[in-house]
Amino acid sequence: MTVDSSSLAPGTARRRRARGTGAPLTRSSGIGLGIALTWFSLLVLIPLCLVVIQSVDGGWTTFRETLTNPQTAAALRLTVTQALIVTVINVVMGTLIAWVLVRDEFWGKRLLEVVIDIPFALPTIVAGLVLLSLYGPDSPLGVNVANTERSVFLALLFVTLPFVVRTVQPVLMELDRDVEEAAASLGASRFTTLRRIILPSLAPAITAGAALSFARGISEYGSLVLLSGNLPLKTEVASVRILTYIENGNEAAAASVATILLLVALAAIVLLQVVSKWVARRG
Amino acid sequence: MGIEIRGVSKNFGDFVALQDIDLSIPSGQLTALLGPSGGGKSTLLRIIAGLESSDSGTIEIEGLDATGLPAQKRNVGFVFQHYAAFKHMTVEKNVAFGLEIRKKPKDEVRRRVAELLELVHLEQFSHRLPSQLSGGQRQRMALARALAIEPSVLLLDEPFGALDAKVRKELREWLRRLHDEVHVTTVFVTHDQEEALEVSDNLVVINEGRIEQIGTPDDLYDRPASEFVLSFLGPVTRLGNTLIRPHDIDITRYEHAATATGRITRWTRVGFEIRLEVTPDDVLHPDPVQVIVTRTEATALQLHEGAQVWLRPRAGAETVVS
Repeated sequence: MTVDSSSLAPGTARRRRARGTGAPLTRSSGIGLGIALTWFSLLVLIPLCLVVIQSVDGGWTTFRETLTNPQTAAALRLTVTQALIVTVINVVMGTLIAWVLVRDEFWGKRLLEVVIDIPFALPTIVAGLVLLSLYGPDSPLGVNVANTERSVFLALLFVTLPFVVRTVQPVLMELDRDVEEAAASLGASRFTTLRRIILPSLAPAITAGAALSFARGISEYGSLVLLSGNLPLKTEVASVRILTYIENGNEAAAASVATILLLVALAAIVLLQVVSKWVARRG
Repeated sequence: MGIEIRGVSKNFGDFVALQDIDLSIPSGQLTALLGPSGGGKSTLLRIIAGLESSDSGTIEIEGLDATGLPAQKRNVGFVFQHYAAFKHMTVEKNVAFGLEIRKKPKDEVRRRVAELLELVHLEQFSHRLPSQLSGGQRQRMALARALAIEPSVLLLDEPFGALDAKVRKELREWLRRLHDEVHVTTVFVTHDQEEALEVSDNLVVINEGRIEQIGTPDDLYDRPASEFVLSFLGPVTRLGNTLIRPHDIDITRYEHAATATGRITRWTRVGFEIRLEVTPDDVLHPDPVQVIVTRTEATALQLHEGAQVWLRPRAGAETVVS
């Protein structure tokens, strides 16, 4: 699953509306727009449409049956809830880590900067192996979460860690210290400044990071298959379910699950946009 | 009353920003802290506001000891060079911020904000975002925001430094008029001597963490206590063994009892004034002397590049022997 990151950038929609009235395109911008749209269609729009069409190809019955299948329903429920919980945690922890990285000076800061990206850069199956050896049956820490829901949670937490950190960090660096000092001299406490000045400025970045993290969460496969054990009704996630359907030759059912994931991701992005606007306005 | 600063020192590592500063800033007046960049004037202002803590010394604001108080409790209005606007809030919300923090009733906030926006001539922009305003408008908004909390002192840190020359001049005059209306004790930091001379009631010249001189603009301009103050408040040049302002030199093409004589070796015309460089014939004082005359004077005296001229201080001119 891919997330169109341009739709996450704050304010693009507003700007497009303001500028897009009447003025004819110049030739170069016309060509540019044409190329962009063709590229976008080939890579994103057409495949997505195909998936949706495929899911209802055999009539709505396949679609309905797939979703009412207890095993599939359980997999979808597990995927979405775990991704949600992980996203919420990432919003808090990611913002906190970004804050520490930008605002504080400490020994080993440069090292931490590099380490943050490791979950992102690591091939997911390698991440899976790392997690298995650390939290699996032979755990040196004595923590065994293999074959439980927690393994899914842990794997998702591991691979989605950098998203919020990396989206919030640049925005936080750009934030003027003057502004916080101005708020302080007007009588605002540290907490009020955080709530009314800093968070509204960070909201678009936090929601963008949250959207990326959620999308990655519901689509994750590699890092969790080893540790979770893929037990039906218990630790099986949606992506594993899709693979099973395809292996059994039931492509319509696989496409149905994919469509649901697609809708969930879209809903999440829209919801986060709304939340971001609301926080920014409340300040 | 006003602001009493006693024995304030501040170091940043090895760098001495302020060294044992004693200063009283009178109530209800507009005081300028003038000095070169890095001289410590901004640090002093930030210490008054509580945005920076001093290593030693005490600060008293309107009779209250503020030394240990955090910025939030000092009731000080602060205006920053780069506006420090709350970007996600409208102009109206920006100005209302301090009042909302103080939990004032809604209709009082609305009334007060409307008053202030009128005072800074921004009433028609109340629903705009700061990004939709020009630099000068943003700074006026910042000023209204600082005034909203009815501060006991208003502090401005190079308030016009980021603006272009024309707007800067307008805002300077406007600040002067505003102060005549509002009468809040105001301290502003600037490195622009013209700005300081034009706007302030009192001038404090600060250099290398020390106070060089305190007085009214006229005092300082006419009776500079040191070579530094003289040279900082305007251009100076050396004539004989004294320092003098270039426009205080009497220049003529006819021989008379002169301090120096020489040829005009440079001629720069800037609008109505002409800046001359005269290289003296005297081998003991070979450095060129700067002279400023108006264009009309130059025409009347029939000056031109290469002409032999005689120089002496004008009657009543201020000089510092060095």
